[in-house]
Amino acid sequence: MTTAAEIAARAEREDIRKRWLLSTPALVIIFLAGIGPLLVVVLYSFLTPGPYGDVKWEFSTDAWIGVFLQRDMFDDTLGIADAHLSIFLRSVRLSFATTILTLIFGFPTAYFIATRPERTQALWLFVITIPFWTNLLIRTFAVQEVIRNEGILNNALIWLGITSTPIQILYTDWAIGIGMVYVYLPLMVLPLYASMEKLDFRLVEAGYDLYATRFQVLRRIIIPLVKPGIIAGSILVFIPSLGAYVTPRVLGGGRQMMLGNLIELQFGAGRNWPLGAALALTLTVIVTVALLFYVRYAAQSEQRHG
Amino acid sequence: MKHRLTIAAITAALLATTGLARAEGELNLFNWGNYTAPEMIKKFEETYKVKVTVTDYDSNDTALGKIRQGGHGYDIVVPSASYVPIWISEGLLLESNPNQMENFKNVDPRWVDVPFDPGRKYTVPWQWGTTGVSVDTSVYKGDINTSAIFLDPPPELAGKINVVPEMADVMHLAIRYVGGEPCTGDLEVLKKVRDKLVEAKTKWISMNYGNIEAMAKGDYAATVNWNGSSMRMRKEKAAIHYGYPKEGYPIWMDNAAILKDAKNVENAKLFLNFIMDPENAALISGFAKYGNGIMGSEKFMDPEMTSAPEIVAPPEFADKGAFMLTCAPEVQALYTKIWTEIQK
Repeated sequence: MTTAAEIAARAEREDIRKRWLLSTPALVIIFLAGIGPLLVVVLYSFLTPGPYGDVKWEFSTDAWIGVFLQRDMFDDTLGIADAHLSIFLRSVRLSFATTILTLIFGFPTAYFIATRPERTQALWLFVITIPFWTNLLIRTFAVQEVIRNEGILNNALIWLGITSTPIQILYTDWAIGIGMVYVYLPLMVLPLYASMEKLDFRLVEAGYDLYATRFQVLRRIIIPLVKPGIIAGSILVFIPSLGAYVTPRVLGGGRQMMLGNLIELQFGAGRNWPLGAALALTLTVIVTVALLFYVRYAAQSEQRHG
Repeated sequence: MKHRLTIAAITAALLATTGLARAEGELNLFNWGNYTAPEMIKKFEETYKVKVTVTDYDSNDTALGKIRQGGHGYDIVVPSASYVPIWISEGLLLESNPNQMENFKNVDPRWVDVPFDPGRKYTVPWQWGTTGVSVDTSVYKGDINTSAIFLDPPPELAGKINVVPEMADVMHLAIRYVGGEPCTGDLEVLKKVRDKLVEAKTKWISMNYGNIEAMAKGDYAATVNWNGSSMRMRKEKAAIHYGYPKEGYPIWMDNAAILKDAKNVENAKLFLNFIMDPENAALISGFAKYGNGIMGSEKFMDPEMTSAPEIVAPPEFADKGAFMLTCAPEVQALYTKIWTEIQK
């Protein structure tokens, strides 16, 4: 004798099994393409460097110690690996600056697009995505062409009589800033637009009706409502900026390493693959922490605004 | 790996038994970027009816790393002399005995019994050159034949100097500038090198490759550079001259070799023989502007090049060059530390 509850339970089990079965292909791909390579990196970080690159299959924790500590090559004292630390901090600082700058430029842009008539919005979005059609490296060299001493920008400034000698922009932190903002701006604009498009502009009108100033409307109505977009955009910009490699090298002149360059050195001329793997994993951990922070923060703000 | 070797062996055997005088098919060349003369490739393709594909790499370590993983599909690689012993000891190169080939007689005796491949069992000369400094003499009028250009820069150049991010070359120049021997592990010398580099770096503007355009357009007034690249700069801007550091500078040579797991071994052998022909070697040099180590190639070269100061070192500096060697792994580790330190 089968009760209705049993039938329902069986149906549910069936349903769950089917769901697992259907998601198997996706899970296999995630494992093979995502987690698999990561496991190789984890494994390599616990091996011994080969004499001319590659790894020797001997267990060692030297790479992990080397990420944080180093033995001074001249007086043999063990100290904090300040070279690695300062490179890490530089990358984190650059990512923060890029995130904030893209937010400052991206917010009005997204607002502008979201407030256009519906027919023209698609066109503006299309314009935003045009840079993605060209390879990052080529775009970076194009920026170099604009800001170099004998480039378009300086020639224009001299022609206009604003300055008599070219302003050194290329190979400065300004150049890195310009390049990073240019490259990552679309990644900020798109999620911001997605949440602004859903914004009920009647609320903005209501705010004005109740004598709110423009700033109050922005701070009390618009920003809280598009917060998920701000957070998503910030994450999308912050994470790739951490590993940014080409832009600082080409525009900043590569005198100071970024995390990406430091990792590359270990796999290249440094011939210390385990250290490279350990450094790469350290970067992964930073990114994961940033994401966890996001998840918690997003959950909290959801509760607050119901 | 084994499997691929077997296939290569079978293919080679088939080719041998069918006795093809004129090999047809493909050749995959793995070479430095902007280094392979298109005319020379075209000529090879037309002569032997072989389709040549050229793929670029940007450093010896990139090339080594990629080949070591297998599954690359390349037939010929062009490593620098300091890396050739690594390639040989790791069993990556085919012992193709170029010294038995028809055109081997053209190789300059200076480049036959080389320490990295005695008697040339694996490799043939591709191009060789020196690492020195390129200086825009319209900016700086003083002596340019010194590493002080980038290690103790004159005020006119400070803030306008580029240094190529090539650890081996820069360390070689800096070590010899403070009076050490190449590949030294002497900590006292290395400490001087570190301090010198850290101090000098504040006067550099960048550490970049690809600086021909940047020098010509005035982004830099001086750069650590390779001689052929410097000659290409002079073509763009006549005031750019090449300096041979009198404290000592590195000499390097890139060498073509057949990979052990090459699929087109016969075509690759034809290619090695082909580039030892003076006329073809001249094509290689005409493009990248470096010497090639093949006797008689001067006849086919632009006369301007055979007398260029970048190619023919002035006698007073000719003996200041030292061949770049393979440094011991533990020494290399020290250099990496210094290199990271100066870019932190």
